[in-house]
Amino acid sequence: MLGADLLRFNLRLLTGQWFRTLMILLATAVGVAAVLLLTGMGEGARRFVLDEFNLLGNDVLIILPGRKETTGGIPPLTGEGTRDLTLADAEAVLGLPGVQAVAPLIVGLAQVEAEGRNRELVVVGTSTELFRMRQLEAGQGQILPDTPLDRAEPVCVIGSKVKQALFEQQPALGQWLRTGDRRCRVIGVLDARGVSLGTDLSDAVLIPVASAQQLFNTQGLFRLFVQVRHIDLVDTLKPAILDLVQARHQGERDITLITQDSLLGVFDDILQLLTLAVGAIAAISLVVAGILIMNITLISVSQRTPEIGLLKALGASERQVHRIFLSEALMMTFIGAMLGVLLGYGLLLGGHWIWPQFPVSVPLWALLGAILLANSVALIFAWLPARKAARLPPVLALKGETDA
Amino acid sequence: MIRLEQLCKHYRLGGETVQALDHVDLNISAGEYLSVMGPSGSGKSTLLNMLGLLDTPDSGSYWLNGTEITALSEDARAAERNRHVGFVFQAYHLIDRLNARENIELPLVLIGTPPAQRREKVNALLRRLGLERHAEHRPNQLSGGQRQRVAIARAVIRRPALLLADEPTGNLDSHSGQDVITLLEELNDEGITLVMVTHDARMGQRARRRLWMQDGTLLRDEQDARR
Repeated sequence: MLGADLLRFNLRLLTGQWFRTLMILLATAVGVAAVLLLTGMGEGARRFVLDEFNLLGNDVLIILPGRKETTGGIPPLTGEGTRDLTLADAEAVLGLPGVQAVAPLIVGLAQVEAEGRNRELVVVGTSTELFRMRQLEAGQGQILPDTPLDRAEPVCVIGSKVKQALFEQQPALGQWLRTGDRRCRVIGVLDARGVSLGTDLSDAVLIPVASAQQLFNTQGLFRLFVQVRHIDLVDTLKPAILDLVQARHQGERDITLITQDSLLGVFDDILQLLTLAVGAIAAISLVVAGILIMNITLISVSQRTPEIGLLKALGASERQVHRIFLSEALMMTFIGAMLGVLLGYGLLLGGHWIWPQFPVSVPLWALLGAILLANSVALIFAWLPARKAARLPPVLALKGETDA
Repeated sequence: MIRLEQLCKHYRLGGETVQALDHVDLNISAGEYLSVMGPSGSGKSTLLNMLGLLDTPDSGSYWLNGTEITALSEDARAAERNRHVGFVFQAYHLIDRLNARENIELPLVLIGTPPAQRREKVNALLRRLGLERHAEHRPNQLSGGQRQRVAIARAVIRRPALLLADEPTGNLDSHSGQDVITLLEELNDEGITLVMVTHDARMGQRARRRLWMQDGTLLRDEQDARR
């Protein structure tokens, strides 16, 4: 039998029993679409997180006070040092050859008051370098000025949500804020995009690091970001920084140095695994579709028993009958899978249209895997019924009897 | 052309063994016109299925065109059926979703004949059987006589040497039945070997050679002297 003839023969069958065909198409399409949708969303989440973290750049080292023995796994995000990491340490690190810039970070909660409104907000003490490292920009006004680290200028930059909460539609630039017991003037408002490294800066007030030290009454830094001149220098700078801080801390090596690569690696692994897991869960629906296909093929075999007898009388061999029934199931699943691909991509693009920040992309392995799985499921589940059809004794089959 | 030797076949029917063919010996030469008659359960349909390679005997041997059929594999028997045997059934056995043309060309489709060649052969046959106008009609748009003629066209499209008809007029009124018999006899005149199972003694008498069967054995074998 020619391939084209087989295709036409099956097509007649599928269009002839359109309701049955529709049901199988639907089952397969839903299965494939589910795989695409879930893996697409998982992959989207992974990209989303990676994009966020990537803003920092690969050439940035993060110093945490305190030391933890790590044997793989997630690096400690909170330090437990006995000695503070100070601004003097930051200046010293800046003095190392190969270091481009340092950005200290102090984070705390404080009562913020303006225009008679009172809010408890995250207050971040940092310097102008942080804005450059994280590619933060002011939507209005300017970012923190480039002043020596130990100067406590009475200025602040506020996140867009803070501006809404405290000033609503009123202009915020030039207004005075009270943070704790200190006053500062608003010199800038961050643009709306403010989530970075897990912290929503749109909900924060940014002040010079020295002001934050006074506000929270501490010398110790929460973090120190170190940007190196060139990415190749990262490996040589790591021991240099550790040695320098050790010398400054009376011989105690009480800091932890992490690169965002190690952070990203862990997140990447976790999210990849998650995507794989949801993909596998969705794949179960394809197996369910397979069982439906088996049932339908069985029904098809018993409905078409006389036809099978006839085909055999006309000279169709067992192999040919087997192939006819298998190809029917395969054709149906293939069309169903294609519909599922369209449906899945349609839904993903629809989601992307509604929520543009969320990147959607279906990994190639999920796309090919879903189509392949749908077809192999059809092949496996239709195999037995098709063999049953092929083995029918022609004399009985012509009379419409399926049992020998 | 056909030689049966000591052919046996039994079935189990509800715990009882039915001897459908009981040591049957039969010779049929090319171009013969045979009718097989007998009461139901006499084994005439089984004989027809044996001749058409649809059934395999329990014992005995069957030579078709010098080939010992019982030794062949299922695939090989299917190929022999396609090449040498045409079937005409009482219930037509047309495929409802295919039109007349597609039903007729089915044996050609099974062996992978290219569409252009198929079309030519089917057109010639449709003309010959006066079915040109019905080529695109489905079986349910055709009368019984027309359906049987489509079925006959399907049976002879491969120009088989042997045409087996099982009660070909059983579902037809006498007028269309007459047409169908005439057509079958025309084909026989062209050299095809025709074996017809029938209940109808009048139809059976038309054949030049008549077999009567009972309980799986050949009761009588009548042959006209005239050829």
